[in-house]
Amino acid sequence: MSTTITEKVRASLGKRYAREKRFRAYGFISIALSLMFLVLLMFNIFSKGLPAFSSTYIKLDVTLDAQTLGVTADATPEQLRTASYNSVVQKGVQALFPAVEERKQKKALKSLVSGDAQYELQRMVLADPKLIGTNQTVWVLADDDIDMFHKGYVDRTAPEADRRIKDFQLVWLDKLEAEGRIDSQFNTTFFTRGDSREPEQAGILSALMGSVYTMSLTLLFAFPLGVMAAIYLEEFAPKNNFWVDFIEVNINNLASVPSIIFGLLGLAVFIQIFGMPRSSPLVGSFVLTLMILPTIIIASRAALKSVPPSIREGALGIGASKTQSVFHHVVPLAMPGILTGTIIGMAHAVGESAPLLMVGMVAFIVDVPHGITDPATILPVQIYLWADSPERAFTERTSAAIIILLAFMILMNLLAIVLRKQFERRW
Amino acid sequence: MTEATLNMAAAAPQTHKPAAGGREEFAHDITGTVGKPFLDGKDTKFFSRGVNVFYTGNKQAIFDVNVDIGRNEVIAMIGPSGCGKSTFLRCLNRMNDTIAGCRVTGDIRLDGEDIHGKEQDPVLLRARVGMVFQKPNPFPKSIYDNVAYGPRLHGLAANRAELDEIVESSLTKAGLFKEVKDRLQTPGTGLSGGQQQRLCIARTIAVSPEVILMDEPTSALDPIATATIEELIDELRQSFTICIVTHSMQQAARISQRTAYFHMGKLVEVNNTKTVFTNPQHQLTENYITGRFG
Ligand SMILES: Nc1ncnc2c1ncn2[C@@H]1O[C@H](COP(=O)(O)OP(=O)(O)OP(=O)(O)O)[C@@H](O)[C@H]1O
Ligand SMILES: [Mg+2]
Repeated sequence: MSTTITEKVRASLGKRYAREKRFRAYGFISIALSLMFLVLLMFNIFSKGLPAFSSTYIKLDVTLDAQTLGVTADATPEQLRTASYNSVVQKGVQALFPAVEERKQKKALKSLVSGDAQYELQRMVLADPKLIGTNQTVWVLADDDIDMFHKGYVDRTAPEADRRIKDFQLVWLDKLEAEGRIDSQFNTTFFTRGDSREPEQAGILSALMGSVYTMSLTLLFAFPLGVMAAIYLEEFAPKNNFWVDFIEVNINNLASVPSIIFGLLGLAVFIQIFGMPRSSPLVGSFVLTLMILPTIIIASRAALKSVPPSIREGALGIGASKTQSVFHHVVPLAMPGILTGTIIGMAHAVGESAPLLMVGMVAFIVDVPHGITDPATILPVQIYLWADSPERAFTERTSAAIIILLAFMILMNLLAIVLRKQFERRW
Repeated sequence: MTEATLNMAAAAPQTHKPAAGGREEFAHDITGTVGKPFLDGKDTKFFSRGVNVFYTGNKQAIFDVNVDIGRNEVIAMIGPSGCGKSTFLRCLNRMNDTIAGCRVTGDIRLDGEDIHGKEQDPVLLRARVGMVFQKPNPFPKSIYDNVAYGPRLHGLAANRAELDEIVESSLTKAGLFKEVKDRLQTPGTGLSGGQQQRLCIARTIAVSPEVILMDEPTSALDPIATATIEELIDELRQSFTICIVTHSMQQAARISQRTAYFHMGKLVEVNNTKTVFTNPQHQLTENYITGRFG
C-alpha cells in the first residue's frame, strides 16, 4: 500500500469509528427507551393489579336456625337450596351492631357484606345439612366498597359527600377492625368464578377458559393448515404458474386486512350461513385461524425457503421421493422458523378482541364454559368489559386480568420456545 | 500420471485440428464427438443418444450428446466451467427433473432400459444411480442416521443388526469408519469437510447403487483427503460404475479409464484416458489439457 493510500485510509478512520459509536449509541438509547416504557407499563399494571389477588372478608356469627331459614328439619335438598339464607346473613350482621335501629342504616349494615354471603351459607348447608340448628362463625366476602376501604383506597379526610364510605360506616368499620372481624385473604373467587356485576364476586375463570379453548382450537386449526399450505406452495406448487402467483399475492394481502373484517366474515359465514353457535370458542377460533393463517404461511414459507437446496438434493440423490425429502429433512430443518411464525401468529391472536366482538364473544359470561360450543368470552374482551365498568374495584381487576393475560401469553410462548429448541439442530 | 504426461500430450501428434482461433469459432466446429464414444452393447451400462437439455426460456445447455458409459469403469468428465458437465451428469439420474423449467430430450438407457420410460420410476432410478455432490451435504442428523437413511428408506435391512452391518461396511468402504466409529451418534455436520464428503459417499454406497455419479467430489478438499477419496474410487470400481466430473486433469488421469471432454454444451471428445492425455484428437481438447484455456 502506497503511503498516500495509507494516509487516506487513516484520515477516514476517525470518521468511521465516530459513525460506529453513534450507531451504537442510537441502538442503546432506543433499547433503553423501550425498556423504560416496558418497566413503566409493568409497574403500573402490577401495582394496580396485585391487590386484586386478595379480597376482604368479614367474620360473622350466624345462627342457622330452621325457623329463620324457613325450612323444616327434614327438608329436601331442593328446599335447602331455596331457603332464606339472606335473613340469616341479615341477622348475623345486625348482631354485630345491635344499637342500629333506623331502617336506612339497617340496609346499609346489610350491604357491608357481599351478596355472595348468603350463597356461601347455602353452599355450607348443602354440603352438610346437619349444620341446621347450629351456631357458626363464618368469614364472608365483604362488599367491594368495603374491600376498597380496607385496601386503603378511601381517603378518610375527604369530604363525606365525595366518599363512598360514609362517616357512620367508618365507625362500624373501625369497630370491626378493632374486634379483628375484618381481614384480607387470598382471592380464590377471582380464579374460580366467571364474570359478575358485583366486582367482589367477579372472576377471570370463564374468560381464561374461553381463551384456553379458543387458542387451543386456533392452534389446532391454524398450525396444520398454515404449514401444509406453506409446504405445498413452497415445495410442490408449479413455479411461474398464474394461479399459484395469484394465491400468493392474495395471502400477502390477507396478512394486512384489518382484523375486524375477519370478524365480519366469521359472522356472515360461520354463524349466518353454517349456523354455528354464536359466542362460542369454536367460531372464535375459526375467525382467529383465518386471521393468523397468512402470518403462519408467510413465515413458514420463508423458513422452508431458507433450507439449503443441497439438503433436498442429498435426499433425492439417494432415492427419497419428493415427499420424503420434504418431510424427513426440509420440514424438520424449517421447524424453528415455522414455530416462530406460529408464535407470532398466536401472540397476535391471543390479544385480539375486535374480530371476536363480531361473533358475539363480547357477551357477559357468568358460567365457566365447559365445551367448545358453550358461550364464552376471552381475556382481552373481559379486560375491555371491566375497564369499562365504573366501580373502583373493577379497575384493579382489569389490571389483574392483564397480568393473567400476560402470564397466559408467556406460558404459551415458553412452550413454543421449548419446542423450537427441540428442533434446532447444528448444521 | 503427472507433468510428464501433460508435456507428452503437448508434443503428441494431432489429427483433427480445425483452424486456430477464438473460443466462439471453435464451438461451430464441433460437429460430432471424436474418439471412441461408443462401446459394445454388453459392456454398456449407460447408453445415451441425442441428449439435449434446455433450461428455463429454452436456454440450451447440452447439445446432442452421444456416449456410452461402460460397466465397472470410471469415466471422467472434464471441460471448462459452464460447459455442461454437471448438467449432463444430472441427466443420468433424472436429477434435472427436480429443477423447475428444465427439459431433457433424447434417449438415455440404463442396462438397455429407457430411463425416461413410462414404467421407469425416478425414485427407483435414483436408488440405482446414486449421486455425490460437489459440496458435502450431510443431513443434520447423526453420522449413523446419515448412512442408515437410504437403507431405511428402501427397507434394505430387516433388523437393527443388519442395518448396523450396512452402516459399518459403507463407512469402511468410504474409508471413514476408523475415524468415526466411536462417535456414530454425533452429528454428521460436525465432521471436517473431507470427512463429510466421505460420509456422503458412504451414504450413497449404503443403498448399493449400480452407478455412482460424482460431481467434483474433491473440489473442496485438501490433497490428503483427495487422495483418500481417489483410492476409494479405485476400490469402488470393482463393484460400481462411476462417472466423475473433475476440474483436475491430474485427477482424471489418475483415476479414470475413459475421459470425456465437454465444450460449451457439446461433447467434443471421448477416449481412453491415456489417449486423451497423450494424443488428443481434437484441437479444443488439446488446448484445454495443455492449459491454453479453460
Ligand atoms: N438451474 C439452471 N438454470 C438455468 N441455467 C442453468 C442452470 N444450471 C446450469 N445452467 C446453465 O447451464 C450451463 C451448464 O451448466 P453446468 O452447471 O452444467 O456447467 P458445469 O460444466 O458443471 O460447470 P462447472 O464446472 O462450473 O460446475 C451453464 O451455462 C449454466 O449457466
Ligand atoms: Mg458443475
